[in-house]
Amino acid sequence: MAVSRIRGAFAVPRKGETFELRAGLVSQYAYERKEAIQKTIMSMTLGKDVSALFPDVLKNIATADLDQKKLVYLYLMNYAKSHPDLCILAVNTFVQDSEDPNPLIRALAIRTMGCIRVDKMVDYMEEPLRKTLRDESPYVRKTAALCVAKLFDLNPQMCLENGFLEQLQEMIGDPNPMVVANCVTALVEIQETAPETHAFKVTPTTLKKMLMALNECTEWGRVTILTTLADYKAADVKEAEHICERVSPQFQHVNPSVVLAAVKVVFLHMRYVSPELAKSYLKKMAPPLVTLVSSAPEVQYVALRNIDLLLQKQPDVLSKEMRVFFCKYNDPPYLKLQKLEIMVRIANDKNVDQLLAELKEYAMEVDMDFVRRAVKAIGQVAIKIESASEKCVNTLLDLINTKVNYVVQEAIVVIKDIFRRYPGYEGIIPTLCQCIDDLDEPNARGSLIWIVGEYAEKISNAGEILSGFVDGFAEEFTQTQLQILTAVVKLFLKKPDQSQGLVQKVFQAATAENDNPDIRDRAYVYWRLLSSDPQIAKSIVLSDKPPITSTIQSLPTALLEQLLTELSTLASVYHKPPEAFLGQGRFGAEAMQKAAIEEQQQNARENPIAAAAAAAVASGQAPPQTNMENLLDIDFDGSAPASLQKQPTSGESGLEGLAGTPQRVASPTGHAAPASTMDDLLGLFGDGGGGGMASNAPMSNDDIMNGFAGMNLGGANQPPPASQQLSGQTGQKSNQELLDLF
Amino acid sequence: MLSGILIFNQKGENLIFRAFRNDCRPRLADVFRIQVISNSQVRSPILTLGSTTFSHVKHENIYLVAITKSNANAALVFEFLYRFVGLGKAYFGKFDEEAVKNNFVLVYELLDEILDFGYPQNTETDTLKMYITTEGVKSERAMEDSSKITMQATGALSWRRADIKYRKNEAFVDVIEDVNLLMSAAGTVLRADVNGQIVMRAYLSGTPECKFGLNDRLTLGEDNLQPSGNRAGAKATRAAAGSVTLEDCQFHQCVKLGKFDTDRIISFIPPDGEFELMRYRATENVNLPFKVHAIVNEIGKTKVEYSIAVRANYGSKLFATNVVVRIPTPLNTARITERTSQGKAKYEPEHNNIVWKIPRFTGQSEYVLSAEASLTSMTNQKAWSRPPLNLSFSLLMFTSSGLLVRYLKVFEKSNYSSVKWVRYMTRAGNYEIR
Repeated sequence: MAVSRIRGAFAVPRKGETFELRAGLVSQYAYERKEAIQKTIMSMTLGKDVSALFPDVLKNIATADLDQKKLVYLYLMNYAKSHPDLCILAVNTFVQDSEDPNPLIRALAIRTMGCIRVDKMVDYMEEPLRKTLRDESPYVRKTAALCVAKLFDLNPQMCLENGFLEQLQEMIGDPNPMVVANCVTALVEIQETAPETHAFKVTPTTLKKMLMALNECTEWGRVTILTTLADYKAADVKEAEHICERVSPQFQHVNPSVVLAAVKVVFLHMRYVSPELAKSYLKKMAPPLVTLVSSAPEVQYVALRNIDLLLQKQPDVLSKEMRVFFCKYNDPPYLKLQKLEIMVRIANDKNVDQLLAELKEYAMEVDMDFVRRAVKAIGQVAIKIESASEKCVNTLLDLINTKVNYVVQEAIVVIKDIFRRYPGYEGIIPTLCQCIDDLDEPNARGSLIWIVGEYAEKISNAGEILSGFVDGFAEEFTQTQLQILTAVVKLFLKKPDQSQGLVQKVFQAATAENDNPDIRDRAYVYWRLLSSDPQIAKSIVLSDKPPITSTIQSLPTALLEQLLTELSTLASVYHKPPEAFLGQGRFGAEAMQKAAIEEQQQNARENPIAAAAAAAVASGQAPPQTNMENLLDIDFDGSAPASLQKQPTSGESGLEGLAGTPQRVASPTGHAAPASTMDDLLGLFGDGGGGGMASNAPMSNDDIMNGFAGMNLGGANQPPPASQQLSGQTGQKSNQELLDLF
Repeated sequence: MLSGILIFNQKGENLIFRAFRNDCRPRLADVFRIQVISNSQVRSPILTLGSTTFSHVKHENIYLVAITKSNANAALVFEFLYRFVGLGKAYFGKFDEEAVKNNFVLVYELLDEILDFGYPQNTETDTLKMYITTEGVKSERAMEDSSKITMQATGALSWRRADIKYRKNEAFVDVIEDVNLLMSAAGTVLRADVNGQIVMRAYLSGTPECKFGLNDRLTLGEDNLQPSGNRAGAKATRAAAGSVTLEDCQFHQCVKLGKFDTDRIISFIPPDGEFELMRYRATENVNLPFKVHAIVNEIGKTKVEYSIAVRANYGSKLFATNVVVRIPTPLNTARITERTSQGKAKYEPEHNNIVWKIPRFTGQSEYVLSAEASLTSMTNQKAWSRPPLNLSFSLLMFTSSGLLVRYLKVFEKSNYSSVKWVRYMTRAGNYEIR
């Protein structure tokens, strides 16, 4: 203690934690020193800066106690950069340790040396690394193999000059499978960071070696080897067959990531083998995929997202397995939504009854987002399977009769799509019209109004219904206003004698009393059309609509193909190409900086929403809760807010548009949750019922969101709604431009 | 691959911060805390901000977070995190905040060993326990051992030491099945399947080669339906005799997958001690041990009436133990009155359910519970989500799938004889009635 006290008098404060730690570190008792090191590491973890203790910690490096050594090494790895000069003192110990008779210590030394990112240390690494790469113990060799990758990261020049790469390439033939796996890992990593080195190339010999190691190495090694095999392009059919044959036993592995990696290899190489063989492999891969659904929720999530991709390519792989995807009560929301997605995908006329019963059950639950998605799924099934459409419509009617507000609203949106797909369900319109007063969401109101306009000739009191809406025109949401406008025009064209006054009234409201350019312009367009030649107007407004074939979202083929090569990676979870969410410089400091800036931008982007909401309150106009739904409804093609309400799948794709921005990738299935965030946010200000839309604040949100909704690359595969063609086309055009930019 | 592993407690304090790559900065801990822990609306286990991806798993009261910067293998990341949890449990009994705090040195040591440069290495608990211990290995003493240890940690038989000797060679096989059931309120079975595992405890000398046979169609081959050896075994369980179709099975890494694929033989050199030999899944002909008939009536807004009947569907000589029926009640339940024909029922307000415990449930019998919950009125009436009824039990000498162990053969150089024991058990997995 006395010694430390004197020391303290010279350089450092006498009090405080650092002082105590320092005293402990130089104590004459081994146990005190060890305890002090432990405490130092503890403070380090808590984020305190203990770099000042560097010299004192370093003094403890030469010890026979393996635990203590590990702790000192851990400290060194963290703080080497703060004292690059002092690191030189540790070099000697490292070099000595790398020749220790104990292989554990040799491995520890070489492992740690690679993690000390100081130039001086790197200079001394050459010799120990060379020795350990040829070590008799496979444990040391496998550690050294990875160390080459570390060295390459630090100093590629030196790594190349010393021929470490060649040595690694040779070591793929090592008798020990784990060494092989680590060599492959290291080489693949080097290849990725610096393709010009041609560090890793699969030749027939290496292929053979890897296939041999595959059955013997650890599970993680298997994943590495399998991933490499998946990236490899087989030279001929025979080789592809051989790879499939050797890899398919791995379907039975207990580790889900091995199973997924094996599925990936077989799925990619299957393309080259004969169709019958491919079919048998597809059959073989179904049970393991299903088993993945009973793993831990997070792993399950990854698996489900991947199954979603596989199903888009091979829709009938799992058609017999509907039941496994039934949601459990305790499943986290992200799983439930993803399961719904998959169930709809594998629905066919054999399992549809089962599915509908299940979906109806879900629609009775209380979690609002989930319920909405379930109702939507019923609609998707109806459109997908013609024979089931009647059952679906009946189910939807049952649900409407429950009078649960959000169920009714979603059901109406869905029924509108069914009308577009199948004629002959007009009989249910009266039932729908009964709930007209319950609808407060623009999407649902819009849908109902669209139905009324579209079938005006079959609805006796269509004029009455619409005039009710026209009276409250000023209080409606933008998208509902647009719908009212179109519906009234349709009504007028169908029953000109009864609705002359109504159409005048709505034009008046939409032009003279409205400042929204979208509405005003559309009204003028209609107005002029009607005043020039009603016949032309009829052919435009009442033209045949392009039929809806499917409301299930699928990825564009090119993206799907790309994602299939990324199975089980993050890209496959997000359903985005990796470039979309990863920065360029993987290891550079610039990347970090960029991330920070992006984060800032993200914050700024989020703030206007809150600001806008706040502003709306300040101006005494509580924005209706549901209004925020708009914000998430922006679709790829209909980027103009005016054409929102007709997008059948817009609720989802809107968020995916959001998620597609490189700044922040939210979970794709979580689309409903953010909506509720917004709802909550706005809910704070009270539910303002049919509050006015005149306030500009929510509109500006739309504009902001539009900005990056268009950035999404995920396909613009929905035809623009016919009734919106006029405005839809412009929207699509501008969106096209945005897409072109990418 | 992985740039770093972080552990947080529920308050968001960083307990462990281990960076494996240069790009894992301490600042990221704050980012995670702000974006995930203090954000109540977390909806996905994966979050990407900028080019950094946080993948997290919650276990007990800690968050385990993996940080990746590249397009990492997400399945591997999560599986690794779960494996890490498993390791923690094996080392500390319970892997929670307290365990991490008390053993943080060991946690660092483990991380150092199982991950190198962000790539997972050996995560076998048994192997790791040999050289990462709570006492600490002194380097001089352990030198000889070390070389053996390292051989094992990387060898083709990473799971077995070479020099194991037992006086009595024994092997215990436990067939444990978890039955999952989802039954609709109307009593139709929506989904019934079995997740089985075969756990083996091997106390065998040397390096024994084992061959294992089951009565599943996979190993028997489609045509060979009624092998004679099956009869004797059929007595052991009350399940349907004959062969069983396993949807899928997975094996411990000691099983030679290649051999299974070609010859349908489960052949392996077992690790010493307890391990999970295989896992399987069966969906056909699932024998449900219990039938539950539940009537739940909401009478007005103030009362809910329950009438639950549980019937045991297995032979009268068997009996299930620890049968617990959890009957959910509305959140605003004020009082419960209940009557049971067997066992004890108790209302647990903190979990919002009635817990009905029947310690011993003999086969073919039927027990009934009737209860009435009176509700208090609430200011905002929210619909009751009606969670499913849940059953848990364990039943010996019964397999829901009808699976039987046909044989276990042990071959070893010294040709010793060994004793094998087989035990069957069926438990409730997710046994739910809506």
